[in-house]
Amino acid sequence: MSQTYLFKRTEGLQDAPTSFCPGCGHGILLRLVAELVWELGLRGRTVGVAPVGCAVTAYDYWNFDVTEAAHGRAPAVATGIKRVHPDRLVFTYQGDGDLAAIGTAEIVHAANRGENLTTVFVNNAVYGMTRGQMAPTTMLGQKTTTTAAGRDPRQHGYPLRVCEMLAGLDGVVYLERLALSDPASVRRIKAAIRKGFECQLSGQGFSLIEVLSPCPVNWNLSPVDSLTYVREVMSPVFPPGVIKDRTCQKPAPGV
Amino acid sequence: MSGNEVAGEAAVAAGCRFYAGYPITPQNQLTEYMSRRVPEVGGVFIQAESELAAINMVFGAAAAGARAMTSSSSPGISLKQEGISYLAGCELPAVIVNMNRAGPGLGDVTPSQADYFQSTRGGGHGDYRTITLGPQNLQELYDLTYLAFELADRYRNPALILGDGILAQVMEPVRLKPLRRVRPAPAWALTGCGDGPPRKILSLFLKPGVAEAHNWRLAAKYRRIEVREQRWDEFQVEDAKLVVAAFGSSARIARASVQAAREEGLAVGLFRPVSLWPFPYQPLRRLAEGRRRFLVVEMNLGQMVEDVRLAVENRGPVSFYGRPGGGVPTPEEILKVIRKTYRGAER
Repeated sequence: MSQTYLFKRTEGLQDAPTSFCPGCGHGILLRLVAELVWELGLRGRTVGVAPVGCAVTAYDYWNFDVTEAAHGRAPAVATGIKRVHPDRLVFTYQGDGDLAAIGTAEIVHAANRGENLTTVFVNNAVYGMTRGQMAPTTMLGQKTTTTAAGRDPRQHGYPLRVCEMLAGLDGVVYLERLALSDPASVRRIKAAIRKGFECQLSGQGFSLIEVLSPCPVNWNLSPVDSLTYVREVMSPVFPPGVIKDRTCQKPAPGV
Repeated sequence: MSGNEVAGEAAVAAGCRFYAGYPITPQNQLTEYMSRRVPEVGGVFIQAESELAAINMVFGAAAAGARAMTSSSSPGISLKQEGISYLAGCELPAVIVNMNRAGPGLGDVTPSQADYFQSTRGGGHGDYRTITLGPQNLQELYDLTYLAFELADRYRNPALILGDGILAQVMEPVRLKPLRRVRPAPAWALTGCGDGPPRKILSLFLKPGVAEAHNWRLAAKYRRIEVREQRWDEFQVEDAKLVVAAFGSSARIARASVQAAREEGLAVGLFRPVSLWPFPYQPLRRLAEGRRRFLVVEMNLGQMVEDVRLAVENRGPVSFYGRPGGGVPTPEEILKVIRKTYRGAER
C-alpha cells in the first residue's frame, strides 16, 4: 500500500524528543537549519556550532557533525573549524544572551575579519534557559526576573540592535532580520538562512540572520499572544528587513 | 634562536598547522614568529581579538582535527583557562605555551614560576588535569614542545609547556628535528560526517549519571598518564644527604649551586621534575626512603614544595627557598641556603 507524506521529519534531524517549552521558536528554527543542510545535499560536509543557552542541546537533534562552544565563543570556535576546513559549511546558532552579551567581542571580530561563516541569531529578548533574566535585547519596560519593575534605560541601557551594530563592518556581506510571528514568516526565514548558507558556499564572507523568536514561558504569555508580541512589540524596536546585502550572484563552487 | 622562536619552530616540526595568539610580554616573539612561519608551511595563523578568542579558535581547530597551539604569559593564561577546561572536558588535544611572568594581577614581566599550581591542578573549573612539561633550557624547550603534541594526541588532552621569561628571551643553539609529516584528521574529528553517523564534541551531559561516568572515564585516563608519563632528571643524588628539588630555570641555576657545594665537599644532589603533571612522585619517594633532607627552590612563594612533601611523606625534612614577584635567585644565593640547610642534614 502506497503512502503519501504531507510532512515528515527531515533527515537533517535525528529521531530525538526536543526539550523546548510549548510555543518556543527554537524547535522551528533548528528544524529549518536541518532541512536546509539536508536539501542542499551538505549533511556529510557540514559542521555546526551549538551555543550555550536554550539551544545547547542542538547536537542531540541535528543529524550532522556538531560541537559545543563555551558561552559566547561560538564564532571563535567556528573560525577555527572553518579555517581548517574552508570547503565545509560551518555555522553558529546562537541566542541573544550568548551572542549579544557575553559573546559580543567574538561576534564583532569574526564579522569584522570577514570570516566565511553563517550565524543564525535567535533573539527572544531574555535569557531563556536560566529562566528569564534581562538580556541586552530586552524591551524597555519589559519585566524579567532581574527587572521586576521593567527594564529602565537609566539603569539597564537600551535594547541592543546587533544587525545595525554589525552593518558598519566592512567584513560583513549579508544581514537580515526576520520576525517569527506566523506560518508565512517560517518560509521567509528559511529563504534567508538559505541565502546566508549560499553566501558562504560561494565564498563571499560573513552573514548573519537574526530571528525575533517567541519565548512564551519567560514572557508570561500564551503561545498565540507571544506571536502577537513578536509582531507588535519587538518588531518596532528591531525592525525586520534586509539590513545589509552585498552578496553577488556568483555560482556556488562544488562544495 | 630565542626561546620564543624555539617553541614556535618545535610546534611546526611537530606538525602544528594552526596557531592563534594575542600579544603579551614576554612571549611576543613567539606570536610574531608564528605569523611568518605557520603560513610558510601551509598552515593558519590568526591574531585573535583576545586570549578567550585565541583559545577557542584553537578549540575549533582541534575539534576539526588539526594540531593546534596557542601561547601566552600568565595574565593571558588566566583568560584561557575557560577554554582549557572545555578542551579537557571535550577531550581535545592542543598545546598551550605559558612563558610565566610574575603575578598576581599584572605583576611584572620578569621570570616567575608562580603558575605552577594553575598549570598542574587543572587551572579552570572542574575536575581535570593538563599534562605539564617544565623545560630548563632551549634544547629541552624544543624537545618538550614537540613531545607535548605527541602526548596531547595520545591522550586527547591539552598539554602545557610551563616556561618563564628567561626561557622566552635567552638565545641558545638548538638541534632541530626534521619536520614531521602532518597527520590526517583523527576519526573522531569534525570534518563533516560523510555518509556515516554524526559526530558530536561536547562536555555537557544532562542525563542523570552521565557526567559522573564521563568524569570517572577521565579519571582512569589521568591515572594512565600518571603511571606512564612521569619524567625527571637526577644529578648526583645517590650519595646525597641533601637533595635540592627544582624545575625549569630554577633547576638550571640550582645545578650550578649543587656543583659548587660538591666542590666544597658537601654531599648534595639535584632532583628535577621534567613532567610537572604527572609529578614524578615515585622516584622522589625512593630518594626519601634513604634518609635524606630536601630543599625545594622555586621562583614563587612555594608551590611545587607541596608535591615534594606529598612524595616525601614526612620521611625526611623538607625546607623551601623561594623568590616571588619576578625575583631570580643567583647560584651563590642558593649555595648559601644549601650550606645552611646541609648543616641541619649533618646533625
